[in-house]
Amino acid sequence: MSDTNTPFRRFWTEFRENKVAVFALAVVVTMILLALFASVVSPQNPYDLANLSLMDSRRPPGFVGSGGYTHLLGTDPQGRDLLSAIFHGLRISIQIGLAAGFVSLTIGTALGITAAYLGGRIEALIMRLVDLQLSFPAILLALVMVALLGQGKAQLIGALVAAQYAYFARTAYGAAKAERGKDYIEAALATPLSGRLVVWRHLLPNCTPPLIVVATVQIANSISLEATLSFLGLGLPVTEPSLGMLISNGFPYMMSGRYWISVYPGVALIILIVAINVVGDQVRDQFNPRLRK
Amino acid sequence: MSAFVQITDVTRVFGPKLSLGEKIAAKLGGNVETRSVRAVSGVTLSVRKGETLGLVGESGCGKSTLGRAIAGILPPTSGTVTIDGAPVMADGTKATTRVQTVFQDPFASLDPRMKVGHTVAEGPIAHGLTTRADARRYVADWFDRVGLDPAWVERHPHQFSGGQRQRIAIARALAMQPDVLICDEPVASLDVSIQAQIINLFLELTRDLALTSVFISHDLSVIQHVSDRVAVMYLGRIVELGPVGEVFGNPAHPYTKALFGSVPKLVLDADELVRFETIEGEVPSPLSPPTGCNFHPRCPCATTICQTGRPSMEPIHDYRSVACHHYKACLGKEEHD
Repeated sequence: MSDTNTPFRRFWTEFRENKVAVFALAVVVTMILLALFASVVSPQNPYDLANLSLMDSRRPPGFVGSGGYTHLLGTDPQGRDLLSAIFHGLRISIQIGLAAGFVSLTIGTALGITAAYLGGRIEALIMRLVDLQLSFPAILLALVMVALLGQGKAQLIGALVAAQYAYFARTAYGAAKAERGKDYIEAALATPLSGRLVVWRHLLPNCTPPLIVVATVQIANSISLEATLSFLGLGLPVTEPSLGMLISNGFPYMMSGRYWISVYPGVALIILIVAINVVGDQVRDQFNPRLRK
Repeated sequence: MSAFVQITDVTRVFGPKLSLGEKIAAKLGGNVETRSVRAVSGVTLSVRKGETLGLVGESGCGKSTLGRAIAGILPPTSGTVTIDGAPVMADGTKATTRVQTVFQDPFASLDPRMKVGHTVAEGPIAHGLTTRADARRYVADWFDRVGLDPAWVERHPHQFSGGQRQRIAIARALAMQPDVLICDEPVASLDVSIQAQIINLFLELTRDLALTSVFISHDLSVIQHVSDRVAVMYLGRIVELGPVGEVFGNPAHPYTKALFGSVPKLVLDADELVRFETIEGEVPSPLSPPTGCNFHPRCPCATTICQTGRPSMEPIHDYRSVACHHYKACLGKEEHD
């Protein structure tokens, strides 16, 4: 075996075989790029109120507005170009999803691995708290947290983290508990190496595969949870609409034929979440040794 | 006889870990196992500087547990282990680098995500035996000594065969420059052809580095080949101890005799089916060991005293001892049959 055969390269060779997953990954990457360069690719800055004209509000797709360009997906009740609003909304959704995902990953992993490594009372305390929290629906916890913390990006991320860290703690705990009993951990401790060194160098790296899988799924979940909160009016301020709020804004006009205000942001949200989940499923299949051929 | 490694009255008890629910169930008379297992029971043993002590016995007799207690991996429930007078463990954690271990399964004992060079280097770096800058050369030296290509330090464990991995595990243990090496069934999971290579490597290295070692195995021929002295264990106790030639040539304890007798041998001129001697009965459950001598339910020459009195290790002569009430009479009787 040559040295170029790195784990990542082997992973990619196998990933490439699933054409659907490759397509989904391309979709995710495209949407992240669109979100990153939202201000470049959008015909309008939807957050600049000076750019908006109420004369252009609720216009159907293809309408040429006062800005002199075609609104490909129509406009919303504030007169925003929907395409621009979707790009910017994607940016907020992905930002919040990734931030909440990574913060929960960090907190949850730290708790789970601490519990598995130390054992005893600390293990019981942490894991029973996690179990207790997992018995409540995530949306309920997020609602309560938003109500307690108030509105704003940081508060929203805080609420999502509070609702989701427990999933990471469970996964990290399960993986670490299994690895903890293996000989290589015992061999490292028998050298002796300090507990800190053993956790960072041996335990944590060997727990990453299941955590990556859960992280992919949970980022998609944070995005949809954030959309739900925004739809319920508990998310971000109205001046910076995320995808959930765009859907919510258009909701009253659904029955009056102005479907596009809700439907297009909804489609964007669905494509994003489905694509992330397809990628996540493939990653999970590749990390699950029982499914290996 | 100078004891380099001194094991004094070591006992290790494994209690069942009961959850809260099980504790309540046990209180209410539910069918919950609350008895504990005495894996090692009052073992006193010494290893001399530079010798290899073979530890032999059936699976579950406590030889690995004793090995782990000597290696400082598992704190004994009671008793002490010292090397050159210094305790191996303090406050339940290992307090020395002078004893290192080679584990049974080289597929489990190496971190699958770490380059093998790093695995070998991290202990010596952490304990100041080499510097981070010099680690590469240091590890390459040890790779060379155990018969591995020093260029392989960049590889991961999955790129090696079982024998090569066990060489890496040996390099990891020896790179800590120990005085004492514990080998816990180091060849049991290897192919026979590889076993011989690893055993030769072990003999070569213990001689060159003047290592004191404890070699644990259930394989009698391996023990006979590598050991200077041998300790035979049965149900958590040492039953016989002596120089390997004497114990193998003239076993004193009825268990040792039976154990050696049950090894299948090649009989070239057999005209009919050869039946090998087996030990009567099953190994008793360590949850409820027999009273008196542990071996009496299976012993061909047990008498009433064996059911009540536990025999202690009695010296036969200077270097040899046995824990049996009747070792003279029993052996004599067997020989007259």
